[in-house]
Amino acid sequence: MISHLPILQVIIPLLGAPACLLLGKARLSWIFATVVALITFIISVLLLIQVNEQGTISYMLGGWEAPWGIEYRIDYLNAFVLAIISAVGTLTLIAANDGIKKEIDEARQPLFYVSFLLCFAGLLGITATGDAFNVFVFLEISSLSMYTIIALGKDRRALWASYQYLIVGTIGATFILVGIGLMYSMTGTLNMVDLAERLPPVAESKSVLASYAFIFVGVSLKLALFPLHFWLPNAYTFSPGIVTAFLAATATKVAVYLLIRFDFGVFEMSSPEVKQTINRLFITLGIAATLIASWTAIKQSDIKRMLAYSSVAQIGYMIIGIGLDSSSGVQASVLHLFNHALMKGGLFLVLVAIALQLGSTQLKDLQGIAKRMPWTFFGFVLGGLSLIGVPLTAGFISKWYLVSAAAEQEQWYIIAFVLIGSLLAVAYIWRVVEVAWFKSADSEIANQQQQTMPEKIPLLLLIPLWILILSNIYFGIDARFPIYFSQQAANLFFGGL
Amino acid sequence: MIIFDLLNYWVVIILMMIGFFIVISRGNLVKKIIGLNIFQVSVFIFYISVGNVRGGTAPIFLEGATLYSNPLPHVLILTAIVVGIATTALALSLVIRIKASYGTIEETEILEQDKQ
Repeated sequence: MISHLPILQVIIPLLGAPACLLLGKARLSWIFATVVALITFIISVLLLIQVNEQGTISYMLGGWEAPWGIEYRIDYLNAFVLAIISAVGTLTLIAANDGIKKEIDEARQPLFYVSFLLCFAGLLGITATGDAFNVFVFLEISSLSMYTIIALGKDRRALWASYQYLIVGTIGATFILVGIGLMYSMTGTLNMVDLAERLPPVAESKSVLASYAFIFVGVSLKLALFPLHFWLPNAYTFSPGIVTAFLAATATKVAVYLLIRFDFGVFEMSSPEVKQTINRLFITLGIAATLIASWTAIKQSDIKRMLAYSSVAQIGYMIIGIGLDSSSGVQASVLHLFNHALMKGGLFLVLVAIALQLGSTQLKDLQGIAKRMPWTFFGFVLGGLSLIGVPLTAGFISKWYLVSAAAEQEQWYIIAFVLIGSLLAVAYIWRVVEVAWFKSADSEIANQQQQTMPEKIPLLLLIPLWILILSNIYFGIDARFPIYFSQQAANLFFGGL
Repeated sequence: MIIFDLLNYWVVIILMMIGFFIVISRGNLVKKIIGLNIFQVSVFIFYISVGNVRGGTAPIFLEGATLYSNPLPHVLILTAIVVGIATTALALSLVIRIKASYGTIEETEILEQDKQ
């Protein structure tokens, strides 16, 4: 049993999805989906422990040996990412029953859980697998179900957002497919470890460079790297709140993981110059994402949209870390991947709570909300502080590592831009705090609030919300766990220690 | 002639560009999906061409045959074809719902309605 953990990690939610369809009742499917997610989470924790004890686990699907068969290869990096995804997935599913009550018809709710589990399985699959083509298959499983759950949003613009994402996502995935095909035609293998061995001798070839370019662009579309991010704000704004919390914390993270895996684990550039050009591209795009997306975030009137742009900006930090191309740079990226999942998961769940009470996430409707829901809003402030990167929050740790990684290479301008990015984050978080805390509601909006604020926020929404928000503080003070794993993950590619 | 040697790949590139161009330039949502399909089909052809071994027969056990084409890319692309069909089906059903709630399937008109 224990030796089959890598496949169980993926297969349990994958089989859970159709089983969920058979249940048919909304509440029943919710309980079932949550239990499935919880089992997945336990498996991911066991995997993490197992990796830490024995090192990389290699699992042969159906007993076919790699590189002929499909190999699932769990090392420090993807064990860590698996744990993040399954933890956030479980927490959002716990909150889902109350969270989607107002947004999705009861008749459609079971289908929501089916798609959610499929998406969950797809994301876990991308992370767990060590086979390049398998990545494509799981990418499409997760993407197709993602389009479905985005389209479930109440607003009709959700349909348009989903369509837009479908077009972009399919082009991205097809690009990855072309890249994988080119790699296969050069090396005759699809196994990532095997590819890493066979690619260097043919690194001079234009095909390999082209395949790198295709995969880079395809993955960048998926992770919403500036300027390929245009689908993301719409998709995040109009999908149901729970879906946004889940996607923001997992989907782009998996794409970042994929980029790290392909960039450091598979490809080797023919010459240092090529590598340097690519790194410079990463850093430039990362900085542009941070500045421009943060600036756009300040101007948004919908908080959900604001946080969506902020996600694009935060992804910029991770890309800068990858572009630094050093052990500490990758460590900073992986750390930020973890921390950002905590902050955005928490913040978007706060928005679910606010939307549940107010029926809106527009900034103007939030006037005086801090007095009515002081605790929930306090959660938003804590999450916001972490997003900014204030000391004693998780966001600070990862930014600190990023800044030190840049200082190591004496790239001072990166530090300046990271600081500017954080200041811009202060600006957009402050706008919300100002409206919610210091503006008293004018009578019209107060009336409206009176009417729409009937009951307390359900407990099952509050628990995951506070777990995520408080973990931002916890991992800001005692960051040993993420630091240890991100360091081990970086060591996979850069050796050392 | 190098063009005829690599004819398949030229076809792939031309189809890919045509498909990509349709996706970008057309405002009609269904036409976009058609473009997406052409784009994907070009990749299917690419994989199938990769698997071809010059002078090899189909990868079926035959008396006297020694050289076979590589079946693996063909198998891979079967998966991709299935994925392509699923994507098309999903995209078309989204278009139906967009038509029902917006009353149009032209991109410009949808964007205009959203602005209001």
